[in-house]
Amino acid sequence: MDSVLAIRYKDGCVIAADQTNARSVLAYQHNLDKVTELGKHTAMGVSGPNADMVNFSEYISKNMALYEAMNHGSKLSVNAQAHYVRSVLAEALRKGPYQVNLMLGGYDEKTKEANLYFLDYLASMQKVNFGCQGYAGAFCLSIMDREWKEDMTKEEALDVIDHCIGELGKRFVIAQPNFIVKVVDKDGVTVSKFGADPNDN
Amino acid sequence: HQRTMSYDRAITVFSPDGHLFQVEYAMEAVRRGSTAVGVRGKDCVVLAVERRALAKLQDPRTIRKIVSVDENVTLAFAGLTADARVLVNKARVEAQSYRLTCEDAPSMDYMARYIARTQQKYTQRGGVRPFGIATLLGGFDSQGNPVLYQTDPAGTHSSWKAQVIGGRNAKSLREFLEKNWKDGLEEEDAVTLAVRALLEVVDSGAKNMEVCIVKNGSKSTTPTIMNDSELDEYVAKIEAEKEEGASAVPAAE
Repeated sequence: MDSVLAIRYKDGCVIAADQTNARSVLAYQHNLDKVTELGKHTAMGVSGPNADMVNFSEYISKNMALYEAMNHGSKLSVNAQAHYVRSVLAEALRKGPYQVNLMLGGYDEKTKEANLYFLDYLASMQKVNFGCQGYAGAFCLSIMDREWKEDMTKEEALDVIDHCIGELGKRFVIAQPNFIVKVVDKDGVTVSKFGADPNDN
Repeated sequence: HQRTMSYDRAITVFSPDGHLFQVEYAMEAVRRGSTAVGVRGKDCVVLAVERRALAKLQDPRTIRKIVSVDENVTLAFAGLTADARVLVNKARVEAQSYRLTCEDAPSMDYMARYIARTQQKYTQRGGVRPFGIATLLGGFDSQGNPVLYQTDPAGTHSSWKAQVIGGRNAKSLREFLEKNWKDGLEEEDAVTLAVRALLEVVDSGAKNMEVCIVKNGSKSTTPTIMNDSELDEYVAKIEAEKEEGASAVPAAE
């Protein structure tokens, strides 16, 4: 029931996700942060059961940090990170799969370009300009398809995300009161806005 | 020597007089390595290492004697470089593993204990040899106080106010540090003390040493090495002070 939305614009990516943590008819919380930061220039919005989502995200982010530590601070490209994530999913697939679907986006310092990837729990991976996970796709992909263009600005990308969130609020039967929106660009990962503060416990 | 040689082979064996010869030989390997000095200041830890003369065709940037283990833990070593790489990488994995399980950074004490424990393991198993390195770990404890830890091939670890490892003159350098270290050293004075100690064993000049000031909350994946020009200033100042000291007329006995 999670929604993850992501758009690649000229100098970065916008990744948004709803903040509801629920199982069956019970909502545990409405301020969960489902967009994990991987190093300074990449983030991934992850959907799925909370256990898999948290376990998987933490495992990936710690292994990214380990790579940086072992290699004297040199970072993996977004492409390499996406492939690494896919390899973890693929290995676990026929042992004990991670039931997570994600959008992984980042900004490569070296090539000065933004990259966004769609990965799902069966370890498929595709480089995309925009994408969604969950039911959100049924409502939002058409909006993104219509409004995405080459060399968008950050503001234009954020507007499209807002348009999508609005559409979900209007037409998706499951109420998702809060969304967290993060921007990944050359300055790192910044929280553009959130419905509820994830740190508010 | 005939008697001692038969106890070299398997290091799980004590010699009749209670020595573990492989461990002692590993410590000798450390002595053959280049010198590393650690000085604990009021709110910093200074790690300074001797940079031995490189081959002309070698790229100096690829010789790393001061490395980051974790965001908060910086390590300098003396001894076999290859052994250091293996041990440091083990420590790095352990640091991330701790962060994954405990959702918190490992303390300096934990990392020092882990490295020491690993070094000890290799003194008590058959078919392996000890790591031929001693390490100096610089960082901060949970209260924000600077700490300097040392580990050695035997697998012991201890906290120090100032320490030197590696090089033939470690003993005399330690005496130098004992004479000149005081509590609450400001950053500049801590660096000066470390550089003065190193200058006792290396030729003068920034290109023969590498200095790193470990500060609290740096969150960097690579240690911040002082650049040559800044280091040259410290060296010049120390030399100038030495000159003054030498030319001053000693008081009549």
